[in-house]
Amino acid sequence: MTVISQPPRRPSDDRLKRALREALLAGLISLGMFVLYVGLQTTQDIRNQLVLNQRWGLLAILVALAVVGRFLIVYLLGPWFAARKAAKAARAVGAEAPPQNFLRRNVGWIALLALMIFPMAMLWLVGPQKSLKWVDNYGVQILIYVMLAWGLNIVVGLAGLLDLGYVAFYAVGAYSYALLSLYFGLSFWTLLPLAGILAAFWGIILGFPVLRLRGDYLAVVTLAFGEIIRLVLINWTDVTRGTFGVTGVPKASIFGIWSFDFNAANSFGKLFDPELRRPTLNSAYKIFLFYVILAMCAITAMVTIRLRNMPIGRAWEALREDEIACRSLGINTVTTKLTAFSIGAMFGGFAGAFFAARQGFISPESFTFHESAIILAVVVLGGMGSLFGIAVAAVVMIGGTEALRELHFLKTLFGPEFTPELYRMLIFGLAMVIVMVLKPRGLVSVRNPTAFLHERKAVSSAFTKEGHG
Amino acid sequence: MTQATEEGRLSGDEVLRVEHMTMRFGGLIAINDLSFSARRGEITALIGPNGAGKTTVFNCVTGFYKPTMGRILMRRSGGAEFNLERMSDFEINRDARVSRTFQNIRLFTGLTVLENLLVAQHNALMKSSGFTVLGLLGWRPYKDAAKEAVEKARYWLEMINLVHRADDPAGDLPYGEQRRLEIARAMCTGPELLCLDEPAAGLNPRESLELNTLLRAIREKHDVSLLLIEHDMSVVMQISDHVVVLEYGAKISDGTPRHVQNDPKVIAAYLGVEDDEVEEVLEEIEEVAEEATHGHQGGQPTGDAR
Repeated sequence: MTVISQPPRRPSDDRLKRALREALLAGLISLGMFVLYVGLQTTQDIRNQLVLNQRWGLLAILVALAVVGRFLIVYLLGPWFAARKAAKAARAVGAEAPPQNFLRRNVGWIALLALMIFPMAMLWLVGPQKSLKWVDNYGVQILIYVMLAWGLNIVVGLAGLLDLGYVAFYAVGAYSYALLSLYFGLSFWTLLPLAGILAAFWGIILGFPVLRLRGDYLAVVTLAFGEIIRLVLINWTDVTRGTFGVTGVPKASIFGIWSFDFNAANSFGKLFDPELRRPTLNSAYKIFLFYVILAMCAITAMVTIRLRNMPIGRAWEALREDEIACRSLGINTVTTKLTAFSIGAMFGGFAGAFFAARQGFISPESFTFHESAIILAVVVLGGMGSLFGIAVAAVVMIGGTEALRELHFLKTLFGPEFTPELYRMLIFGLAMVIVMVLKPRGLVSVRNPTAFLHERKAVSSAFTKEGHG
Repeated sequence: MTQATEEGRLSGDEVLRVEHMTMRFGGLIAINDLSFSARRGEITALIGPNGAGKTTVFNCVTGFYKPTMGRILMRRSGGAEFNLERMSDFEINRDARVSRTFQNIRLFTGLTVLENLLVAQHNALMKSSGFTVLGLLGWRPYKDAAKEAVEKARYWLEMINLVHRADDPAGDLPYGEQRRLEIARAMCTGPELLCLDEPAAGLNPRESLELNTLLRAIREKHDVSLLLIEHDMSVVMQISDHVVVLEYGAKISDGTPRHVQNDPKVIAAYLGVEDDEVEEVLEEIEEVAEEATHGHQGGQPTGDAR
């Protein structure tokens, strides 16, 4: 009633007031949070006594940052967010049109082509010495995680079985290659398939006891399985050499024809240049490894895409949606789950064998739960089930943490003893929070149907389920 | 009304026979010594008040529960007989060809309508893909089989009038269409006995009329017998050939819809009275019926419970 008689207020006034209020609130909260963590610092002096340092200046800077940041977000970005939300709500939930753009349709092939050129381009741009960093630290490392995440995607993304111990299969693959090649002298190309088969076998062994488990229970048992494998590797010192790890794991060769050992008679380097220096051969080896893992990733993607279009792949996704309905349709859920576990594990085993050949040294420290968590994070961030989203997430997460080493300018900002690498986990977490807030179902949250009658329409994540565990 | 139990084999026109089935959950007896049979090509309805144990019977027949006692025999059109109580749920669908729907619809909501129907053809496609191995290598016969599966799905989509929604997620369909899709999905497994758990629940009168037509069409065009649980009496009375009434886990009536409708025990069960009060209730019903025929339209429709 009285609303009509009031003079009309401008919306920007309202916004300013609200922004100021929220900024003040943010300042108070940050003051409360930081006053003990940042405002006061305890250090030990030379006589082992605790000394309390007061850092009010730093505290003031942080609180001011919070106040200004919150003000800017509410005052400047607020209207933009509101408009975006309104536009999203106006769009119909449900089927979305497939991308028509040539670039977007063929993004997979374009990415593959770019990756084929990548090592050569680096070699040409920065020379053999410096290309090592780009090809090995970035290229090979990211591709290993892409392959691992694609393997885990079969178990978690398609079949909806939460597996927290995936790194166990990675370890089985790595140790299979390292030990069998050292003890029996078998070559990389014989052991690569064998490592995959052994890992798949362990996938089935894990699968049996967890068949009846769902959700949290499944997660805990798979987590325990991962730890069991690691503890066996540590304690079975006669075979695995325990925490010392396995050193001198043989390098991969070019199908047994040329070797990358410097002194070998059939050394790859001698083929071109008898006077070749060791580092050059080493960077050639890394480039070779890059192509190997690229091919392995391509095979993983191809097999996964094919499997999704086969009855078994559809049964995996149906299992994720509703297990009881699956059984009522005559689907043997036991074998369906076991195939998901074993095929996922097999790709983990391949990646493990490759990892061992690349490092030349493996120890149980490479296969901690932390590793499982990162692989799972990549799958979740990428959007469960989407190969493209997962690949992008792997590039961002693994490449991103690697890139932190490069941020030397931060030293001028925070002082010389600041090491950006130490903050990688912090930034990792921050990135996850941001992605999960903006895209709760991962980077690619739509599901591509495996068959269509009239036209292929992506299924919105509003309808898909994550599985019961 | 005890069934003949001396011989194990079913007679030619029987498709399912439940013999002395008892199901206990701890101290609760959900089904007590229940025996009935369903004939081939007929629609058998299982009715009863809430909590009578109808869905439990379904879960036992389709293998989701193992009955504490008793025997469930299923005879396929080829003459092969199966002891359903000894088989696991997916085997009952795969080998004995018994298919079912659920009271609370269980579609794969994130899969498209077409994919839902393709998942139902899993076992046939698995075989033709050489258990995935040959299919992965792009084996020709698998590609043909996959095309055939899509055609079969298209046939069923036409039956349920959903061809235009084939590529939409199943979770996006309205309730009535989801019910129809679930029936089509169950039919895609190629069943000989189709068990429908309250197919008309939540449907409006027009939709439940469509359902009647669909169920009749299914029975006429395919060699399939139907077993259905239903609360909607218009569906039960119009389409079923044979009605079995349960109360507190025991059978209280068995026969044609007309016979069951007039069975005092059934009426008492639906009105919720003690056995000794049945006579009184019957008299009251007759009085009400008489009043209604005399033209006083104010009488309450007591005869049609629920």
